[in-house]
Amino acid sequence: MKTVINFGVALAMLGCGDDPAGLPASTEAAVSDYTALVHANYEDAVTAAMELQAANAALVADASDATLQAAKDAWLDARPTYLQTEVFRFYDGPIDGDDGDPEGRINAWPMDESTVDYVDGVDDSGRIADESFTIDEESLASGNGEGGDTDVTLGWHPIEFLLWGQDLTAPSERMPGQRPFTDYSTADHADRRGEYLLATNAILVADLQAVADEWAPDQDNYRQHLLDAPPGDVLQKILTGMIVLSGFETGGERLQAALDAGDQEEEHSCFSDNTKVDMVEDVRGVQNVWLGRYRRRDGSMVTGTGIETVVRELNPSLADDLTARIQTSLDLAEALENPFDLEIQPDNAAGNARVQALIDSLRMQEQLLSQVFVDLGFSVPSPE
Amino acid sequence: MNLRLLLLSLCVVSLSACGEGLRLEEGEDYPGGDTTNFLLLGAQAFTFPASNLTEDERTLFFSGNAFFNQAWVVAPASTSSRDGVGPLFHARSCSTCHARDGRSGPPEGDEAITRGVVLFSIGNAPDGAPLPDPVYGPQLQPFGVPGVPGEASPHLRYEEREGRYDDGEIYSLRVPTLELRDPAYGPFHPDLGASVRMAPAMVGLGLLEAIPVADLEALADPDDRDGDGISGELQRLPDGRIGRFGWKAGQPTVRDQSAAAFAGDMGLTNTDRSEGPCTEAQTECMEAPNGGDPEVSDEILDRVALYSQTLAVPARPRAAEVLEGRELMHTLGCTSCHTPTHVTGPTEPSSLAHQRIFPYTDLLLHDMGPELADGRAEYEASGSEWRTPPLWGVGLVPRVNGHDALMHDGRARGFAEAILWHGGEGAASAAAFRALSREERALLVEFLESL
Repeated sequence: MKTVINFGVALAMLGCGDDPAGLPASTEAAVSDYTALVHANYEDAVTAAMELQAANAALVADASDATLQAAKDAWLDARPTYLQTEVFRFYDGPIDGDDGDPEGRINAWPMDESTVDYVDGVDDSGRIADESFTIDEESLASGNGEGGDTDVTLGWHPIEFLLWGQDLTAPSERMPGQRPFTDYSTADHADRRGEYLLATNAILVADLQAVADEWAPDQDNYRQHLLDAPPGDVLQKILTGMIVLSGFETGGERLQAALDAGDQEEEHSCFSDNTKVDMVEDVRGVQNVWLGRYRRRDGSMVTGTGIETVVRELNPSLADDLTARIQTSLDLAEALENPFDLEIQPDNAAGNARVQALIDSLRMQEQLLSQVFVDLGFSVPSPE
Repeated sequence: MNLRLLLLSLCVVSLSACGEGLRLEEGEDYPGGDTTNFLLLGAQAFTFPASNLTEDERTLFFSGNAFFNQAWVVAPASTSSRDGVGPLFHARSCSTCHARDGRSGPPEGDEAITRGVVLFSIGNAPDGAPLPDPVYGPQLQPFGVPGVPGEASPHLRYEEREGRYDDGEIYSLRVPTLELRDPAYGPFHPDLGASVRMAPAMVGLGLLEAIPVADLEALADPDDRDGDGISGELQRLPDGRIGRFGWKAGQPTVRDQSAAAFAGDMGLTNTDRSEGPCTEAQTECMEAPNGGDPEVSDEILDRVALYSQTLAVPARPRAAEVLEGRELMHTLGCTSCHTPTHVTGPTEPSSLAHQRIFPYTDLLLHDMGPELADGRAEYEASGSEWRTPPLWGVGLVPRVNGHDALMHDGRARGFAEAILWHGGEGAASAAAFRALSREERALLVEFLESL
């Protein structure tokens, strides 16, 4: 509320091309180091998706409990790396610029299970069972279903579905989906299922690689475009990603809606029961950008000037508050119990309270980050 | 060019945005008042909740968001709260047409219309309600669930028609014709009228709902007593309520509009609309399984309605730079119908109450002339009358939805064509626009782009 009024005044007073408020001296370094952090994280996401592809290829070549488990492990191992990149969304950058692409092909949820494969009660649904549908990267990427919708049939969650299958057990049984490895050997359409799995994984790798390329150093690409832009404009984008991921996306769309529904279907990684990791790693992504550090998959650290340094120049107590708040959110996300679908059951008061505490903390985090916006004297960002 | 316009253009040359005379009105850059979205102004500009929602309202907003954006599936399915689409339908999710809560446009080339609807009528009941086609029903449903044939495939053909601005510059308008191909249930009724409607952007709807009726009544002038050639008329529905939503204001509230869209566009029954999408003649449709009774629970309908009420109008960071264009809106008489500002009354959710808003609409029906007429009357609205659409957010549609199609059927390519299409009560303003210089026309368009 107060924030909005402040903005209104600031905007009305600016209006006529006045210079924006002076930026902290560390802004330029923070912007430059941010672009390096983003590139490292996307590079790792490509690596993780390729490791998953190798595990999926091994499953398809020789299906067994062991190769299925190895593929699931590779999926679980890849997710944190990708989730930490989600803080690079929401400012129309390479991941979700025009038409929301390619994010919609990478991490859309929920997915159209029955457009891909069999579901409970329908043995022959989906493109896998439909022998007239050609399974290759081109046909899958074109993706428009009947009914005028773009069906969600690609990305992390369809791969998850193809590895775990539907989660048909009660949340209290604490079991994810129970797809048998024979779906890739002796079951109906096993070959086509394997083709689908590998094709959608290949599209995932290609999409992630395209995004990573936009962040590579010394190229004529999005990274260079940001480095050439006024640092204040880039700082606005960075903060926008942090604000929207904290409040709207994680706190609101993923947590508040799920708690309101109290429904087993309402968790993002519903097949693998990995939703808690989604929450933790999204918050960790915000923390990475805040502190200007990122732990790579090989264990090495990328470090640089974080947004924290910029804010500290401006308002040390706000910087302290944010450092503490983001850590609290991370702790509260870690404190969620697995599986998430059990946490949101209406009769689980303690679980509901844990989810609510995280929602509240993320909301405070969003508001503190919005205060940075105000302290920097930013008016509303201009559309490009 | 008449004297008034000449004087104005001289002023424009001498005035900068920061000059004397033209000032930003207080709140003009925050057109939704305290609800305004000031954070996301790119492709996601329409997706944000009102900035001042309470935590409880935010919870309902995000639930509504899920049901608005995610696709409904064919019954039966394990996702019991999300099944029952069809058996005949136009879209599987609200966001098919309102992509990123935005506005839909017509298809490219010869593709079928998928992000808009085609409404039918064969005349009107005594109370003004449109009468459905006896076989095809009140609107076209091009798609069916497995085993149920879709009704027909809708396509648009265009004919280009040239015109000239007063300064000699040539423009071209495209005149659309609807083609309904491959009707699956026999011939249409001989008196069938069909009206193509694009989906409007979703922002600010709860604020429009909260404009006091008395304020709209004060704007109405059905007999044109003031002689300005503009005769705005309230859409009074048979039950006495005032219509505000839809291209002819046929729906009184956001909740009514949501219930009607669930039923008509998606084939999803709800407590307001318990009848399915099948007519007696559509036997496969009648025999197909449904997704429960009702398919959309009241809880879901409430949340989708609240979501639709509270999507925030985006801020206007460039408002101060386009004051000359804003001035032309007034000079040309555009604001006689596109009323710039209102103050909302008491309402629920209370976050939307008592806000100074800038929607640029009077929510009244106006005769737009024979060229825009669809011949489909709806209660008080004749075949050539349309409700003034709000203009807030309209400048961001290209960014959000990747097109610049305007008017009810998307025939106009950009703002200039949209203005040129105005006939009837809007004809004088369109003529005044044609009389502007190229620079002045650009200023007006720039203003509209800043909304």
